[in-house]
Amino acid sequence: MTASGPPEDLLRDLVPQVLGTLIDRYGQFSEAEDAVQEALLAAAQQWPHDGVPGNPRGWLVTVASRRLVDQWRSDDARRRREETVAAIAPAGQAEVPGTDDTLKLLLLCCHPALSAPSQVALTLRAAGGLSTAQIARAFLVPEATMAQRISRAKQAIKAAGATFTLPPPAEQAQRLRVVLQVLYLIFNEGYTTTSGPQLIDTGLTGEAIRLTRTLRQILPHDGEVTGLLALMLLTDARRATRTAGDGGLIPLSEQDRSRWDQRSIAEGISLVSGTLSHGPLGPYQLQAAIAAVHAEAPTAQETDWPQILALYSLLERMAPNPMVRLNHAVALAMVKGPQAGLDLLSTLEEALAGQHRLDAVRAHLLELAGDMPAAKASYQRAARRTRSLPEQRYLTGRAARIAAG
Amino acid sequence: MKYILLIRNNADFLESLSAQERDGIMADVDKIVAELRETGEFLGGQALGHPSNTKTVRVRDGLPVTIDGPFAEAKEQLAGYLIVDVETEQRALDIAARWPDARFGAMEVRAIMDETGTEM
Repeated sequence: MTASGPPEDLLRDLVPQVLGTLIDRYGQFSEAEDAVQEALLAAAQQWPHDGVPGNPRGWLVTVASRRLVDQWRSDDARRRREETVAAIAPAGQAEVPGTDDTLKLLLLCCHPALSAPSQVALTLRAAGGLSTAQIARAFLVPEATMAQRISRAKQAIKAAGATFTLPPPAEQAQRLRVVLQVLYLIFNEGYTTTSGPQLIDTGLTGEAIRLTRTLRQILPHDGEVTGLLALMLLTDARRATRTAGDGGLIPLSEQDRSRWDQRSIAEGISLVSGTLSHGPLGPYQLQAAIAAVHAEAPTAQETDWPQILALYSLLERMAPNPMVRLNHAVALAMVKGPQAGLDLLSTLEEALAGQHRLDAVRAHLLELAGDMPAAKASYQRAARRTRSLPEQRYLTGRAARIAAG
Repeated sequence: MKYILLIRNNADFLESLSAQERDGIMADVDKIVAELRETGEFLGGQALGHPSNTKTVRVRDGLPVTIDGPFAEAKEQLAGYLIVDVETEQRALDIAARWPDARFGAMEVRAIMDETGTEM
């Protein structure tokens, strides 16, 4: 492999393979993962001066193996050390990069025994190769807190008896769904952040896309993996236009579409079209299809709402949940008028009680219906209920605009 | 989800406790903080100085007026805070209920706003 991109990308692409090799040789996921982190650090310090080695993967495996052995030596695990020193081959040459290792690693990091925040943290570190400090910055928590979460996640994996192997086929589909959920969580965390420090050049969205792309190379025929990648690309295409210069949120209908990233859109549309015509449908494919309809509309007014409505109806049948119904109500309002949407919203009172999204959508539909006092009150209620500063600003602004108008 | 747990108590009441009672309270506090560090939920916290050492600043007609003491003669004053990152609001409430000051003062649990926002 040669350094085609910046060293950081190269490094991070190699992480699952290097870690996979170490786990295969020595077992011990937790210790191997620590050793790979140290090897990454060494590479980040040495490669810029000494140049990228001819076999970067072999270099990393060698350095990480030495760290692992040093660790054991300092732990006074003499017997194990002697065995492993003997086992360390001249590293790396002529080994086939294991794509299976990436899959096994993702499945391990997203083990169902872990809480969602732990799955996210461990995936970013062990599969993504981010440092604890980088992950802590992305989630705005102290590094010690994140280090503790990662360490607990590793303990939970050990306690669950999880191994670095592919689960039986019957279980694999279900486990893969969790991986997709975690990748989508990472993407959304990045996408919804309007300020705060940049994690890496492309942020968490870029990291989620990179990992999903890798996963798709391993499972090119899984429609939902492809659907998720398409959904991320189509959503990410709008990233530059979703916030104003001052950090304020700009809704989809008011975004400057000429600034949407056409390359991401083209790739996303091509991916989702390909997968829709093949295998069984799934929620990510449908959401990607909806994002594609938005992306294809030259202006907000020209949006093909009947098609979006049809897709939401399908999605609600396949994966019913209150948030899907909320979006379904918006589409219904755009096709059949605001009252139809409001009627559907009234079925969500219980499921979304106290949640600002329900109030925000209701406010929007009431505004469309021309009931200004009720719309204003709904926007204000939504503003009080949200925990997000940018959303609060947006909703307060909407309420104020009604007062002024 | 991040929450701030505001600790409110009566400083005079605390002073009236025996050393042993105060040690018991500190032991409870240490235990909870150690647990929160272990779970990775603890983001930070501080105790505050005695209310009598507080100054209150107001600007009126463009002029700052500084007076001694907290702004009101409330029975319970802000004594400290801790910040936690928890999965549910209920978890934050449970932590607050276990904090010793909840027994003789009050704990106020408030959500911390975040910078992320969904596309509307």
